[in-house]
Amino acid sequence: MKRVKGDEDACSSSSEGPTESCKKVRKLQPSKEKHQEEEEETDVDLCEFGFDWALLPQEILLNIFQFLPLLDRAYASQVCRGWNQAFHMPELWRCFEFELNQPASSYLKATHPDLIKQIIKRHSNHLQYVSFKVDSSTESAEAACDILSQLVNCSLKTLGLISTARPSFMELPKSHFISALTVVFVNSKSLSSLKIDDTPVDDPSLKVLVANNSDTLRMLKMSSCPHVSPAGILCVADQCHGLRELALNYHLLSDELLLALSSEKHVHLEHLRIDVVSENPGQHFHTIRKSSWDAMLRHSPKFNLVMYFFLYEDEFGPFFREEVPITHLYFGRSVSKDVLGRVGLHCPRLVELVVCANGLRPLDEELIRIAKRCTQLSAIGLGECEVSCSAFVEFVKMCGRRLSQLSIMEEVLIPDHKYNLDEIHWEVSKHLGRVWFPDMMPTW
Amino acid sequence: MVVNSVHWFRKGLRLHDNPALQEALNSADTVRCVYILDPWFAGSANVGINRWRFLLESLEDLDSSLRKLDSRLFVVRGQPANVFPSLFKEWNVTRLTFEYDSEPYGKERDGAIIKMAQEFGVETIVRNSHTLYNLDRIVEMNNGSPPLTFKRFQALVNRLELPMKPLPTITQEQMGSCRTKIADNHDEHYSVPSLEELGFKTQGLDPAVWKGGESEALERLNKHLDRKAWVASFERARINMCSLIASPTGLSPYLRFGCLSCRVFYYNLRELYMKLRKNCSPPLSLFGQLLWREFFYAAGTNNPNFDRMEGNPICVQIPWDHNPEALAKWAEGSTGFPWIDAIMTQLRQEGWIHHLARHAVACFLTRGDLWISWESGMRVFEELLLDADWSVNAGSWMWLSCSAFFQQFFHCYCPVGFGRRTDPSGDYIRRYIPKLKDYPNRYIYEPWRAPESVQKAANCIVGVDYPKPMINHAEGSRLNIERMKQVYQQLSHYRGLSLLASVPTIQEEAEPPPTDDSQASSSTCESPPHTSSAQSNTLKRGRSSEPQSTQMCTHTKHQHTSTAKGDQVQQQEQWEEQSEHQPVDLQ
Repeated sequence: MKRVKGDEDACSSSSEGPTESCKKVRKLQPSKEKHQEEEEETDVDLCEFGFDWALLPQEILLNIFQFLPLLDRAYASQVCRGWNQAFHMPELWRCFEFELNQPASSYLKATHPDLIKQIIKRHSNHLQYVSFKVDSSTESAEAACDILSQLVNCSLKTLGLISTARPSFMELPKSHFISALTVVFVNSKSLSSLKIDDTPVDDPSLKVLVANNSDTLRMLKMSSCPHVSPAGILCVADQCHGLRELALNYHLLSDELLLALSSEKHVHLEHLRIDVVSENPGQHFHTIRKSSWDAMLRHSPKFNLVMYFFLYEDEFGPFFREEVPITHLYFGRSVSKDVLGRVGLHCPRLVELVVCANGLRPLDEELIRIAKRCTQLSAIGLGECEVSCSAFVEFVKMCGRRLSQLSIMEEVLIPDHKYNLDEIHWEVSKHLGRVWFPDMMPTW
Repeated sequence: MVVNSVHWFRKGLRLHDNPALQEALNSADTVRCVYILDPWFAGSANVGINRWRFLLESLEDLDSSLRKLDSRLFVVRGQPANVFPSLFKEWNVTRLTFEYDSEPYGKERDGAIIKMAQEFGVETIVRNSHTLYNLDRIVEMNNGSPPLTFKRFQALVNRLELPMKPLPTITQEQMGSCRTKIADNHDEHYSVPSLEELGFKTQGLDPAVWKGGESEALERLNKHLDRKAWVASFERARINMCSLIASPTGLSPYLRFGCLSCRVFYYNLRELYMKLRKNCSPPLSLFGQLLWREFFYAAGTNNPNFDRMEGNPICVQIPWDHNPEALAKWAEGSTGFPWIDAIMTQLRQEGWIHHLARHAVACFLTRGDLWISWESGMRVFEELLLDADWSVNAGSWMWLSCSAFFQQFFHCYCPVGFGRRTDPSGDYIRRYIPKLKDYPNRYIYEPWRAPESVQKAANCIVGVDYPKPMINHAEGSRLNIERMKQVYQQLSHYRGLSLLASVPTIQEEAEPPPTDDSQASSSTCESPPHTSSAQSNTLKRGRSSEPQSTQMCTHTKHQHTSTAKGDQVQQQEQWEEQSEHQPVDLQ
C-alpha cells in the first residue's frame, strides 16, 4: 500500500538479516496476530520452516510488479532469482515508452542505454505498445530510428513517435527514417494505431504500411508530414477499411479521400482531425465540396470532425461558405468577425469552439447566433477577443447548463450598463448552475 | 541596562510603516540603521545596472531622510554572516531588529543570523511588514499547504481580518532619544557606494526612468491616488499605448524594495474607495496587484525549489528545449517580431514593462513559440526587471508558462496580433525600435510582410537592417499546443480543464482494454480516460485518510521518471480539489 514504508522495509530488511525480515512477514498477516512471546516463537518457526518471499506465486508477484514503476521493479529484481524471473515476465514488457533525451538539449532524464539494450535483447518480441519520446536533438531522433530498425522480431500493435520539443525526426535523412519505420511496418503485420506526426514519412512507406497492416490499422495520426501526398493518404483510405481515426493536414484532404472513407466497405469513421496551417502569408486553400461532407456524414453520422486553424485573417476565404459537419473548432490565430458569423451559420454540429484572438470589435451577435444555431455546443474558450457583458450573459443563458466548459479570459468581458465584472460571475453562475469565474492572469 | 539597537535594512527601505525599526527605537539608548552590501558580489551577481541604481538611490534617500533626523545610514561592506560578529562587538549591540523575510533563502539566512545573535547575547526582534498578511497563517488555514489557485487564495483572505494598520513614520523625537554619535569619517566607511564602486560603467548611461527611494514612492502614491480619485473609477482600465509606457504613478518597484509599504497602499486605496463610494466596503478586486503579490509570496514561502522545475512539487515537468541562441535573441530583443523586441528593449533600458507585455514575452519564450524553459526567462527578468522579486518572478513565470497554478493553455498570445490590438498606432514600436519608425501602421507589427518597395521607402530592409522573424508563429504554436496537450494528458487525472485535451479520440481504445490480464500494459501508456477518472476518485478518497497511498497508485502512470512526477501528480490533484465546481448558493 504505502510505497514509502515499503521502501523502508526493503532497505532495512537487507541490513537486518533474515530473522528481522521474517518478523516483518509475520506482521503483514494480521489474522495470525498473537502475544509477543508467541510471535517471537513463530518467527523463528517461520524461518526454520524456510518461509521465503521467493515462494510468492508468480501471478501474485506479477500483480504486484504491475503496480510498480520500472525503477522499483529493477531494484526488486535484485532481491532473488524468483523476483528476477518475475522482472522479465513478458506481461511486464508489452508496453514501453522510450525516452530519448540528450543532456545538452533536454532537462528530462532519458531511458538508460543499458535498459534499451536489454529490452532489445530479451523483450523485443514482447513489445506491443511502444512509444518514443524524443527531444529536440537529431541524435535522439537517430537513436529512436536505431531502436526501431532492431525491432525485427516483434509485432507492434501501437507505435507513437513523439517529438517533445522540436520536430527532430524531420531533421533526419529521409531514407534513414523510412528504412527504420518500414522495418516495423513489415514485421508487425498487425499495427493498429500509428502516431507519426511531424515526421518525413512518405507515400512509398505508407504503401508498405498498407500492404502489411491493412486489416488491422484503426488509427493513423500524421499531422504535418510534408512528404505525403493526397494520393498517398488516399491509398491508405482505400485499403484500410478498419480505419476509424485519422489526423492530417488540410493539403491532404480531398473530396476523393472523403468519398473513400465513406465507401460501403469502410467502417464508420469516428474521428477526423484536420490542421489548416498557413505556410506562407496569403496562401490559397482549395475547397471541399459539400456533397463529399454529406457523404461522410451519411456513412458515419457520429464522427467527430476536429479542425485546427492557424491562418492569417485573409486566408479564410474558402472556409465556412457552406455547411460543414465540424464538431470541434480551434482558431489558433486571429479570426475575423465575418468568419465567426459564418461559423454560426454553417456549423450545426459544433460541440467545442476555441477562439484565441479576434479584432477589436465585440463578438456579441456572432456568439448569440452560435448559441442559437449550434445546439450541441458544450464548450467554448475565448482568448484575445471582446464580448460585452450583457451579450455574454445572453449567450450563457441560451446555452444554459449544456455549457460544461466555459473558459473566458477576464479581459474579454467588457462591462456595460447592465453588468460589471463583479456581477457577471454571479449571473453566469446562475445560468450554468455552478460557480463560474473568468480565467485570470496575474497583474504583475 | 543600556540598549544599543541595530536595525538591519534589507527590503523595507523606508521610515514609514516600519514596525521592526520602531522596535529598534523603543526605549533604546543608541540606534544604528545598517544596510549590508557586498561590492564584490555586486559585479558578479545576476542583477543589472538599473536594479543596482534603483537600490543605491533608495539607500541615498534613506540616508538623507535619516540625516534630517540627525542620524545616518551605515552601509557596511561584506556578507551578513561575516559582518555581524564584528559589528556586535564594536558597537556593543544588545538588540537587532529586521523585517521578516518570507522567502526560503531569506528564512535560512535570518535563522543563522538569529542564532549567531543569540550567541553574542543580542536580542533579535523580527516584524512582518513586507506582506499584508501573515503568510504562515494562510498556509495553516489551507491545511498546511499553500493555496495554489488565486480563487482559493482570495477565499482564504476573505476569511482573514483586515491587514494590520500601518505605523506612522519615524519622528525626530523618537530618533532624538536614542541618538548615536556619527563619526567624522562616517562617509569613509559607511557611505552609500556609487555604481562605479560596484564595478559598473556609467558612461553613456541614460537617466533613470524610475528613481529609487521612499520620498519618490510617497510622491507617486499621492499621484496614484489623485488619479484614481479623478477618474473616480476603480475598474480595470483598458490598456492602450499609454499603459505600456512607464507611468509616473507606477508603484511596483517601490513595493518590491519596500520603499512603499504595501499596507499604506492598501489602506489609502481602501479609504479613497469608501470616501468616493459612500462607505461601501471595497471588493477584493480593488487590491488586485497587491493580492497577486501576496499569492505568490504564500506559494513560495515553504518551497526552496520554487524557482526551478526540477524538484519543485508544484511545477509540471515540461520537456522544454535547450536553445541558447534562441534564448539570446529573445533576451536581446532581436526575434524579428517588433512587438516582442520593443518590449524586451524597454525592459532592458528602463527596467519596467506592463504586465500584459510581460505575458506577451513570457508566452513567446515558453509555451507560445520558442518552447524554452521559464527558468531562463525568469533569470533574464531577475537581471532587468526592477520589481522582480524571487517569489513573484518565479510564480508569474510558472503561471505564464502553464507550469503551475492550474492554467488553461489553449490560448497563446500572438506576437503580432496582441501588439496590434494593444496599440494599433504602432507608436510603442517606433519608440523602442527607431529603425522601424517609417513603417506604415499596416506592417509595423509584421515588417517581413511588407513589399520590398515599402521596406525600401522605410529605409529598413528585413533581413538586413532588422532581423527576419526567428520562427513561423503559426507552425510554432501548432506544435506547442500539441506538446502541452501531451504533457497534460499524461497527468492521469487532469480532468479536461483544457478544451483541447477534452477532444475525444479513439487512441486509447487501440491500446489494451483495462481488463485484468492487461493491467500491466495500461500502466505505461497514456491511460484511457474512463479508468483515469475512476482512479482520481480513488486517489481522492485515499488521500484524506492515507496520504501516502496516492504515491503508489499514481506511480503506475509514470513509469521511469522517479518521484518528482509522483509529487507532481499529488499536487495536481490538489489543484483539482481547489478548483472543483461547487454548487451555487444563489441566496
